[in-house]
Amino acid sequence: MKNVSDHRAKKIDVSGMIVMPGGVDIHSHIAGSEVNTGRLLRPEDHFKDSECKTSVTRSGVGYSIPSTFTTGYRYARMGYTTVMNPSMPPLEAKHTHEELNDIPMIDKATYPLLGDWWFVLEYLSQGNIEELARHVAWMISSTKGYAIKIVNPGGLEAWGFGHNVTSLDDQIPHFCITPREIILGLCRVNKLLNLPHSVHLHTNNLGKPGNYATALETMKCVEKLANGEKPVLHITHCQFSAFTGDDWRTLGSGAEEIAKYLNGHSHITIDMGQVIFTDTTTMTADGPFQFGLYGLTGNKWVNHDVETETSAGIVPFHYRKKSFAHATQWSIGLELALLVKDPWKIYMTTDHPNGGPFTAYPKIVAWLTSKKARKATLKKINPKARSRSLLPSIDRELGFYELAIMTRAGQAKALGLKHKGHLGVGADADIAVYNVNPHKTDPSKEYKKIRKAFKHAAYTIKSGRVVVKNGEVLTPVEGATIWLDVKVSDPFKVTADMKRRFREYWTVEYDNYPVTDHYLEISQPIPVKADV
Amino acid sequence: MPYIESVTCPVCGCLCDDIRLRIEAGKIVEVKNGCAMCESKFLGYCGEHRLSKPLLRKNGELVEVSLNEAVKKAAEILTEANYPLLYGWSSTSCEATRVGLELAEEVGGVIDNTSTVCHGPSVLSVQDIGIPSCTLGQVRHRADLVIYWGCDPWSAHPRHIERYTSFSEGRFEKSEWKGYLSKTKALIVKKKIEKALKRVFARQAPSLSPSVRREPPPTLFKQGRKMIVVDVRRTRSAETADYFIQVEPNKDYELLEALRLLVRDEELEVEEVAGIPVAYLEEVADLMIRCNFGALFFGLGLTMSRGKMRNIDAALSLVRDLNTRTKFTIMPMRGHFNVSGADTVFTWQTGYPYAVDFSLCYPRYNPGETSAVDVLLRGETDASLIVASDPVSNFPRKAAEHLVKNPLIVIDPHMNATAQMGDVVIPSALVGVEVEGTAYRMDHVPLPLKKVVEPPEGLISDEEILRKILSEVRKIKTGKTEES
Ligand code: SF4
Ligand SMILES: [Zn+2]
Repeated sequence: MKNVSDHRAKKIDVSGMIVMPGGVDIHSHIAGSEVNTGRLLRPEDHFKDSECKTSVTRSGVGYSIPSTFTTGYRYARMGYTTVMNPSMPPLEAKHTHEELNDIPMIDKATYPLLGDWWFVLEYLSQGNIEELARHVAWMISSTKGYAIKIVNPGGLEAWGFGHNVTSLDDQIPHFCITPREIILGLCRVNKLLNLPHSVHLHTNNLGKPGNYATALETMKCVEKLANGEKPVLHITHCQFSAFTGDDWRTLGSGAEEIAKYLNGHSHITIDMGQVIFTDTTTMTADGPFQFGLYGLTGNKWVNHDVETETSAGIVPFHYRKKSFAHATQWSIGLELALLVKDPWKIYMTTDHPNGGPFTAYPKIVAWLTSKKARKATLKKINPKARSRSLLPSIDRELGFYELAIMTRAGQAKALGLKHKGHLGVGADADIAVYNVNPHKTDPSKEYKKIRKAFKHAAYTIKSGRVVVKNGEVLTPVEGATIWLDVKVSDPFKVTADMKRRFREYWTVEYDNYPVTDHYLEISQPIPVKADV
Repeated sequence: MPYIESVTCPVCGCLCDDIRLRIEAGKIVEVKNGCAMCESKFLGYCGEHRLSKPLLRKNGELVEVSLNEAVKKAAEILTEANYPLLYGWSSTSCEATRVGLELAEEVGGVIDNTSTVCHGPSVLSVQDIGIPSCTLGQVRHRADLVIYWGCDPWSAHPRHIERYTSFSEGRFEKSEWKGYLSKTKALIVKKKIEKALKRVFARQAPSLSPSVRREPPPTLFKQGRKMIVVDVRRTRSAETADYFIQVEPNKDYELLEALRLLVRDEELEVEEVAGIPVAYLEEVADLMIRCNFGALFFGLGLTMSRGKMRNIDAALSLVRDLNTRTKFTIMPMRGHFNVSGADTVFTWQTGYPYAVDFSLCYPRYNPGETSAVDVLLRGETDASLIVASDPVSNFPRKAAEHLVKNPLIVIDPHMNATAQMGDVVIPSALVGVEVEGTAYRMDHVPLPLKKVVEPPEGLISDEEILRKILSEVRKIKTGKTEES
């Protein structure tokens, strides 16, 4: 640390505690139209979990889809300081940013959904990668976004007429192009634009038995783009894409195969998408998947398709310990995290709120660091799922360093956030302190203590200020919105023709589409120089 | 700068953003692309009812005061009140609503928006059933079947059909404008013939107008977009439609349930439902199943007729069921230009879309109990702040009486019935004309509202006025805690 004057700096005693960089979440739905429609849909979710206004904090509600202020406080209480919102329909980007402004305590960024955008489908079917790259650059900067997000490529366009795609090589209706070509094309664009994060993908066939094969095929299909140690593709909430079996009765775990592949390759990163046994709200841009979930559960169902771009669906969901399928899913998430050897390749998430609310992270910490904790839960789950689970055969227990990688350092590295996830020179002063003595506490045995410590950080420090102490918010602070200012050498011209094309594709005017600075309370652009 | 392009029209839930204005000497002199409602807003906003100075009631009379004095008085009223009501919000910006919620929380009041008296039942139904919906462009590009139920877009959302549905040009579906033109021409000719016949045969001329119980015409089974209107009256929109179903008053629920049964391929044991022969309904159900993309829009005719919430439940269920057969979407026709935005901001800050009570220091929601009309009818509020709304003219008499009996603060650009009864009246600059902001279209697409002319001297936005009141409230509160 340089230039810190000794008497002006505030000193806090953290001896006998764990000090980590502030937590980084690579994938958590915290803002925007689908999240908010989820809130609106579920008053019953909030009734059981309210937060009072205090002299420093705003009031709000939980549980699985907390209101904006509450979201910020709850992350900070766990020592998290940076969160990525992973699915933003570009047309509704202003909404996402307005909500992000109302989420205090954390820095945040958001990924525009681009996989089924007509411009992408059209330029790719013409083979015009460079022109596409220029448009993607424009889109990311105009929506103040951070990464290219793809969800069920091709499936969302097909969903526009109520259909779906089922393999990487299905033809997307009306567009002469396949999911494989979308993934490859956007990975190439990502490389041309030098974006800090890889392409962020929710695979085809998500949530369907047997889909681990699709996930593996997807990983293989971008092998040829491998680029030294820099990953080219992030497969998100991989648990939901790691099913074997032919139907829900024969459901099994594909974690071993996926882990084996990841252990032998370095062009892919993944996050867990861990399932928590609780009542939650599922929401993805995968309209057809959500409709399937509605069919499966009969629960209330929201669909929201967005012209020219994407779709979205919401269904409340209860993961039960005694359900064979749910318990199997629970096991798969942990198997993935423990079987992938390198913690820099897999990150801890629940795909909040899809696998469960982010507030359950301390539970996952315990499962990952303690075989005993896993056993305790295994005992209570569906017997058939238990007998098929790989967990009893896995002895690995993560150490605190590995945990720090999976919960911040690895995530920051995958995101290319150079100022996050470490405590070295150049890092933001975002720090989490947990009241556990690593020399005295054996997480393997005392997992309940660990769980408690990670639930309420002893201190959370945001940009050098103590904002949380013993799990209580002391000082509310605003976080920045990080976005990419992508500079291309020859940006496309905004001609009258472009405006006309715009008017044909969307129902809003070109001038009203971009997210202006007005919508970012604290704007933190990262300049990126593209190769086109 | 003679022309300003791509201006968003702050009138109805269509939120058309292609308005072109010509400004001369700081005044709007010409409106292009807008409908009549839009024109009268942009050309007539400075009319005689415009408020220009803050007013305070002194000895029974509203007298002009400074902004500071009005703000101070408003803050005093709100801090002294035990249970103030903060109401309105659908005709102002999201930015203002955001501050309004903070203020409501600070004073421990109840905050509600106009959804409570229009699409409130729709929201409650959505919370029970969900809603399969989409943005309007999705309808424009894909819908080959458009149904308007209990609404008359021609009069309430004049550009809805032209911009988003039947007469718009989409990628997969084309505009039916031409077909409509020839149809109206034919209709005019027919009317002329009728007139002529009437003259010849005196009064007993046979009517050539299609009868109410007209069967589905063959044009309903053509390629391309079809439009159906369901209403109790033959509106202008009904005239435009390929098929008009005249439902008997208060029979919407029966009709919707009948269609649900038919969509599930069940037989109906009756001859007719809600005044429509079942044979005709079978055709309609068949059309719904066979379309590639259907879109049902519903209005207050459905939410406010007998059965209210039950009607919307049935409509949402019908459309949900249809999705097992084809693609179908449904959307409420929201009236005020930013009522969607008000719901949206309420929801992200509190978890609930309207009727939010902060009296227990956390957000509580129970429409029927925490909704504006109900707290007024029970006589529980002891002060009110009304923003960009006129509840005195719209609320039930009893509720309005209680509203005006207690201290009343009004923030509005115009003098209306509520402002006339106010104790503190603070005029604001018009959002979308004189100050900028954000509004959400009926399909939740956010759009920027522009500032196109300077506000009259001394007027500031709702947002700024609310911020001033909020900071004044906090000052009073800290003063009080310091005293004690
Ligand atoms: S339809 Fe509504 S939003 Fe559009 S111009 Fe007319 S009044 Fe304005
Ligand atoms: Zn997700």
